[in-house]
Amino acid sequence: MKETITKEKAKEVKCFHCGEDCVDNEIRIDEKVFCCNGCKNVYLILNNNQMCTYYSLEEKPGVSQKNHVHKNYDFLDDETIQQKLVDFSSSNFSSITFFIPQMHCSSCIWLLESLYKLNNGIKNSQVDFLKKRLTVNFNPTETKIKNIVQLLNSLGYEPQLNLEDKEKETSQEQTKKLYYKIGIAGFCFGNIMLLSFPEYLSITQTESQNLNVLFNYLMLLLSLPVFFYSANEYHISAIKGLKKKIVNIDVPVSLGILILFIRSFVDIVFYNQAGYLDSLSGLVFFLLIGRLFQNKTYYALNFERNYKSFFPISACVIRNGKETTIPIEKIEPGERMLIRNNEIIAVDSILIKGIANIDYSFVTGESSPVTIKNGDLIYAGGKQIGTAIEVESIKNISQSYLTQLWNNKAFLKQKESKVTSLANKVSKYFTFIVLFIALSSAIYWSLKNPAYIWIAVTSVLIVACPCALALSTPFTLGNILRIFGKNKFYIKNTAVIEELAKIDSIVFDKTGTLTEQKNFTIEFVGTNLTDDEKILIKSTTRNSTHPLSQKIFNSINTKYYQPDEYYELPGEGIEAKIFGNCIKLGSQQFVNSNNFELPKDYYSKVFISINNVVKGYYKISNNYRDGLKLLFEQLKRNYSITILSGDNPSEKNNLFQMFGLAKNIFFNQTPYQKLMYVGSLQNAGKKVLMIGDGLNDAGALKKSNVGISVTENTNNFSPSSDAILEASSLKKLSLFLRFCKTGEKIIIASFVISFVYNLVGLSFAVQGLLSPLIAAILMPISSISVVVFTTFTTNFFAKKSGLI
Amino acid sequence: MSVIIVLLAFSLLIAVGFLIAYLWAVKDGQFDDKYTPSIRILFDNEKNKISHQAQNSELDKSNNDLSNQNSEFKKRSS
Repeated sequence: MKETITKEKAKEVKCFHCGEDCVDNEIRIDEKVFCCNGCKNVYLILNNNQMCTYYSLEEKPGVSQKNHVHKNYDFLDDETIQQKLVDFSSSNFSSITFFIPQMHCSSCIWLLESLYKLNNGIKNSQVDFLKKRLTVNFNPTETKIKNIVQLLNSLGYEPQLNLEDKEKETSQEQTKKLYYKIGIAGFCFGNIMLLSFPEYLSITQTESQNLNVLFNYLMLLLSLPVFFYSANEYHISAIKGLKKKIVNIDVPVSLGILILFIRSFVDIVFYNQAGYLDSLSGLVFFLLIGRLFQNKTYYALNFERNYKSFFPISACVIRNGKETTIPIEKIEPGERMLIRNNEIIAVDSILIKGIANIDYSFVTGESSPVTIKNGDLIYAGGKQIGTAIEVESIKNISQSYLTQLWNNKAFLKQKESKVTSLANKVSKYFTFIVLFIALSSAIYWSLKNPAYIWIAVTSVLIVACPCALALSTPFTLGNILRIFGKNKFYIKNTAVIEELAKIDSIVFDKTGTLTEQKNFTIEFVGTNLTDDEKILIKSTTRNSTHPLSQKIFNSINTKYYQPDEYYELPGEGIEAKIFGNCIKLGSQQFVNSNNFELPKDYYSKVFISINNVVKGYYKISNNYRDGLKLLFEQLKRNYSITILSGDNPSEKNNLFQMFGLAKNIFFNQTPYQKLMYVGSLQNAGKKVLMIGDGLNDAGALKKSNVGISVTENTNNFSPSSDAILEASSLKKLSLFLRFCKTGEKIIIASFVISFVYNLVGLSFAVQGLLSPLIAAILMPISSISVVVFTTFTTNFFAKKSGLI
Repeated sequence: MSVIIVLLAFSLLIAVGFLIAYLWAVKDGQFDDKYTPSIRILFDNEKNKISHQAQNSELDKSNNDLSNQNSEFKKRSS
C-alpha cells in the first residue's frame, strides 16, 4: 500500500426524512442529516414552503429517495393519454385520480392534501388512504398533468400511472347498492315489526278492527320495496340457476321469500289476518347483512393484473437526434429507443449501443441478468440494469414475444366456474326434501281436511326457508377472510376459502417465493482480507452496475475512493487501479485463478485478485425465507409438494438438504412449462395450489385451482391471482390451510343446527299450526343463533391456532 | 282512535325522513372512505395557526409598545 487508508466507522445515523441509515458522506443541512440528496431535496422543498408540519405529525415519514429515478414525463402532454387519465375535464376545471402506493402514514395524507401550496394551479386534493388514491382538482389553464406528476415525483410519491385503471369503480357501485338495499330492508323490517305488535300481543278488540286492517295494509305497503327491490338479487340468481338447471342456494331462499309474500298477501287481502311480513323483511335484512359481511374487499390490492400493468406507458425514442417520449402503442418497428437504468423494454428490439445487462426475472424467473451483445435480440419484458442503452425495435407491442405469450390460449383460459360451494350442494337436496314434505302434507290434508291444504303447504315452505343455510356460509367465510387479512393473507373472495379446503397438491415457485428477493448471504472464501483490501474491493465494485458487484459493494462497510483506472469487460469482470494497486474481480478465467480448488457446489462466485495474487472468492447465494423447513415438514404430511424454478440448478443441493423432496424439484422451467405441469397434475385429478411471485408464474397461477402470489411489499407488482400473501406470513401457510378445513367443519356444524331448527318448525307447519307469531319468533332466533355460533366458533379456533 | 292514526302517520313520516337522509349520505359517498377523515381531523388547521401567529405578533407589538412607554416613562421620571 502506498498510502495509508484510515479506518472510519460510519455512525448509526438515521435520515431525518426517511429514517434509513446514513452510510457514507453525511449530507447535512439545518442540523439535520439525510441519507441521500433526494431526501434532502424533498426537505428543502417542504422547508421553503413552510410545510415542515410534515415532519411533526410522524417521525421520519418520508419515502426513501435512494433509488429515485428522475423520469421523463413528456408523454403526459399527449392528448389521448390525458383523456384516458382524467376523470373529468372542462376549460377551467379538471379532476384526476392517481394511485400512489407509497402513502403509508398521516404525514403522507397531510402533504398530499397540501399540494395546493406547492402549485397554484391545484385547487385542492383529497386522499383516500385505504385505496391509496389521490384525487387532484386543478385548473388546466394554470397547470398541466405533467407538472402535477413531476411535483408528486419530486416529493417521493410517484403515482402509478395505469391507463386501464378505470374499471374498478364497479365494485364501489355494487357496495353502494347493497347499502341502499340494507337501509331499505332495515327500515321496513323495523316498522313492520312495530305494526305487528297488536298481533304479537293478540290485541284483537272489536272496536280496533279498522285499525288492524289499516295496520295490515300498511305492512303490505312496506313489504313491497323489500320484496321487489332488496330481495331482487336472490330472485334473479335463482331464475338464472334454474335456467341452467342448477338448484343453487338462492333457489330455496327465493322460493321461501316468494311463498312468504304470497301467503301474507292472501291472508291480508282475503282473510284480514296479519300475515308473515315481519318474518319476510327480517329474513331479507339478515341475508343482506350476511352478504355485506362477506363482501370485504382489499381496495389497495389488485388481484387482476396482467402484463400490461407492469409495462411502461411510454418509451423514450430518438428521432432525428432528438429524444421524445411516445406512448408504447405508437412504437413502430425500426424505432430507436433509449432505455435507462431499471427501465423495462416494451417491445422486442435489437441492441445498437451500450452495455446491456438484461434482467428477465419477470418473464422467466431466472434471477441473474443476461449480458447481450451488440446486434442481439432483446425480448420485451426484460429490464436493463446499468447504464443507458440504445435499441432498435423490430416489432410493435402487440407482436412482441411476451405479449404473444400472454395472449396464448392457455393463459387466457378462464377458470372453469368455481366448483359449487358446500351450501349449494346441500341446498339441492334441501329443496327437494322440502318440496317432498310439502307434497306429502298436501296429500295427507286432502284426505283429512282439504281446507288445511293451502295453510299446511305454505307453512312448510315458509318455515323451511333455509335462512340458517344461507347465513352460515357468508358469516363463517367472511370471518375467516378477516382473520386471514389480519395475518397479511389477503383473499379475493370467500369462494377461494372453500377451494383452499379441498387442495391436495402444492406447487411452489422458487425464486422470490421460497427465497427472499433482496436478501442474500455473501461469504468470502480464501485468505483473510485486510481492511485496506476491503476498501480496494469496495472502491472497485462501486462503479459497476452488475448485480453481483452491487451485492459485494453493499456487503463491505468501509470508505471507498474513485479508482484511477477502471475497465469493465461485460460478462467477465472488472479491472481497476487504485493507489497503484491493481485489482481484478470476476469469473475464474478472468482472474486467472484456475488452479484454485473449488468445492462442487452451484453458488455464484466472484473471484478476487489484488496485484495478481488470488485472494479467494465471494460465495453469493439467496436466503431462504424463515420457517420454511418447519412449514415443509408440516405440509408434507398432508400434501404432495413440488418446487418449480426458472433458475439454473445452482441451489439443487441446498434445496434437497432443506426440504428433502428429491423427486419433485424441476429447474429451468419456462412459464409455459410451469403451466403445463399444473395442468398435468389437474388431469390426474389433483386439486392444485400454486404459489408464485412473478409474471413468469402468472400462467400457472391462473391455471391452478387456487393461485397465491407472494409479495414482500403489497405495493409491488404481483401477478393476477386468487390471493396475495405477504412473504412474512408464508411460514403460516399450513395453519391457513388447516383453518380453511376447520371453516368447512364449522359450516357443516351450523347446518346441523339449522336442521334441528327446521325439524321443530316443520313439526308445527305440517299440522297447520304455524301462526305468524311462532314464525316471528322461530325465524329470527334461528338466523341469530347461526350467526352467533359461526362467528364465535371461528374466533375460538383462530385463537386456538394462534391466528388472532 | 284517531290519535293513533295521527301518531302513526307522524312516526312514519319521521322514519322516512331518516331513511332519505341515510340514502342521501350513501349516494353522496359518505361511506366510501371510512378511514381518512379520522386522520384528517387531527391536522391543525393552518388558517387558525396563521391567525394565532398574527395575534401573537400583535401582542408582541403591543407589549413592545408598552415596555417602550414604560422605559420612556422611567427615563422621564428619573
